[in-house]
Amino acid sequence: MTEFFQTHLGAGFGWFVANLILILLIALPLMLAVAMIIYADRKIWAAIALRKGPNVVGPFGLLQSFADGLKVFLQETIIPSASNRGLFLMAPIITFTVALLAWAVIPFGPGMVLADINVGLLYVLAISSLGVYGVVISGWASNSKYPFFSAMRAAAQMISYEVSIGFILISVILWAGTSNLGGIIDAQRGTILGIFNANALNPLLFPIAVLFFISSLAETARAPFDLTEAESELVAGYQTEYSSMAFALFWLGEYANVILMCALNALLFWGGWLPPVDWAPLYYVPGIIWFFLKIGICFFMFSWVKATVPRYRYDQLMRLGWKIFLPISLFWVFLVSGYLMITRYGALS
Amino acid sequence: MIQTFAFYLFATIVLLSGAFTIFAKNPVHSVLWLILAFFNAAGLMVLAGAEFIAMLLVIVYVGAVAVLFLFVVMMLDIDFAELRAGFARYLFFGIVLAVFLAIELVLGLEAFRAGAIKLGTATSAPVDAAVPNLEAIGALLYTKYVFLFEAAGLILLVAMIGAIVLTHRKRSGTRPQNVAKQVRRRPQDAVRNLTPEIGQGVDL
Repeated sequence: MTEFFQTHLGAGFGWFVANLILILLIALPLMLAVAMIIYADRKIWAAIALRKGPNVVGPFGLLQSFADGLKVFLQETIIPSASNRGLFLMAPIITFTVALLAWAVIPFGPGMVLADINVGLLYVLAISSLGVYGVVISGWASNSKYPFFSAMRAAAQMISYEVSIGFILISVILWAGTSNLGGIIDAQRGTILGIFNANALNPLLFPIAVLFFISSLAETARAPFDLTEAESELVAGYQTEYSSMAFALFWLGEYANVILMCALNALLFWGGWLPPVDWAPLYYVPGIIWFFLKIGICFFMFSWVKATVPRYRYDQLMRLGWKIFLPISLFWVFLVSGYLMITRYGALS
Repeated sequence: MIQTFAFYLFATIVLLSGAFTIFAKNPVHSVLWLILAFFNAAGLMVLAGAEFIAMLLVIVYVGAVAVLFLFVVMMLDIDFAELRAGFARYLFFGIVLAVFLAIELVLGLEAFRAGAIKLGTATSAPVDAAVPNLEAIGALLYTKYVFLFEAAGLILLVAMIGAIVLTHRKRSGTRPQNVAKQVRRRPQDAVRNLTPEIGQGVDL
């Protein structure tokens, strides 16, 4: 597509227009996906609790999220008088923007990626580490007790789990030999006996696939680690003082982050756009369908966990992050690199 | 052209946010300006072709160090009147420090004009531009500079242990939880079914 625009509009301007269109092609469907995934979340949650869930707006309640969006859009924006006005309004914008930024390097299919950079995975890690600012700034700028507690919790929680996520990503990078996301997917082709395309089915990497799934729950502050918005203790956490579109931006950003983490699970451990089995007829299905299917399954597991697992206590959360996940993931970096040194790079011979 | 424009954009924002870091009255605003400066410095690194360093800058400084700064500064309840009251007391030291910095600045600029010192000849050839950052740095760090690299790691480890030893204090009267014990506990260890006589009560 870039070439098409470059031939018609000149090299510089054509490139600009093509990339703008590509960005919109990612961002707009993502917003739609967020709306649908909120609906799916509520439906799954309801089904597990033996309720019906949203079923009034549109067929099967499919338009519920849009109705909610319209309601929120028409509400009055209330800015608490004691708040720090500029930062108060900036916080949801940061959350929302950061949630969109990371999608630039996610490959949707062979070659279907906006920015095919060598440090793709590091970029994702860098951007996801920015997500905490939206929460921390909103908590502080609200100038209110509960949001402030929530901000403190969020800052400590996300840093703790980013450490183990970093080590897990290092293990994956070592295994693939590249930090380019496309390269990591290619390295998973036929990784198990030439049959399965998934790092997670590799006995050596399976434990860290589980660790990564749990860490991504903690990183997106989903149940059972949703201590930042624990309603029994903190009202609604950092969102307490927010209303109307500012609140909606938090909402959208949060779910965009959840989809991103599901996409990362699919990319790093479940083969991304590769079919699950390395069998020629399966390759006729477009890669993007396999990718979305894997994201969907991962999201179902997120919802499932949310519906069934009770919330952690804060000291348990910290203990899990620092005393269990950190040592295990660090040990796995040694294990994977040692294994690779012996088998792939011939350290003993 | 666009690179020049981007460079001046990032550089201007770095300098401005650096200045605001110092001038902001509210310490939380200072930290936020500092974060903006880090972020744009990462942009400059990308322009210089050092994308790995740029990502590290964002991950380490923006993602971890600055969050802790923000965390600490938010927790502090800073009294601005008290801060300003100390101004006259520290004025003398401030001036001495400023004079030294000014001397260093002048010396540095003059030394820069005089040309580079000959410290030795560069032995390694510049890395091929086609080699990714990550591989180039890794190949150098884990072969030629492996001992320096490990020494740096050792120093950081000592610093970490030192910080823990300095701040750790044994508190008495706490009742730490033994998670293994909690998990091991079964209903039959904790629950008894009794049928007491009316008016007799039960032994606890």
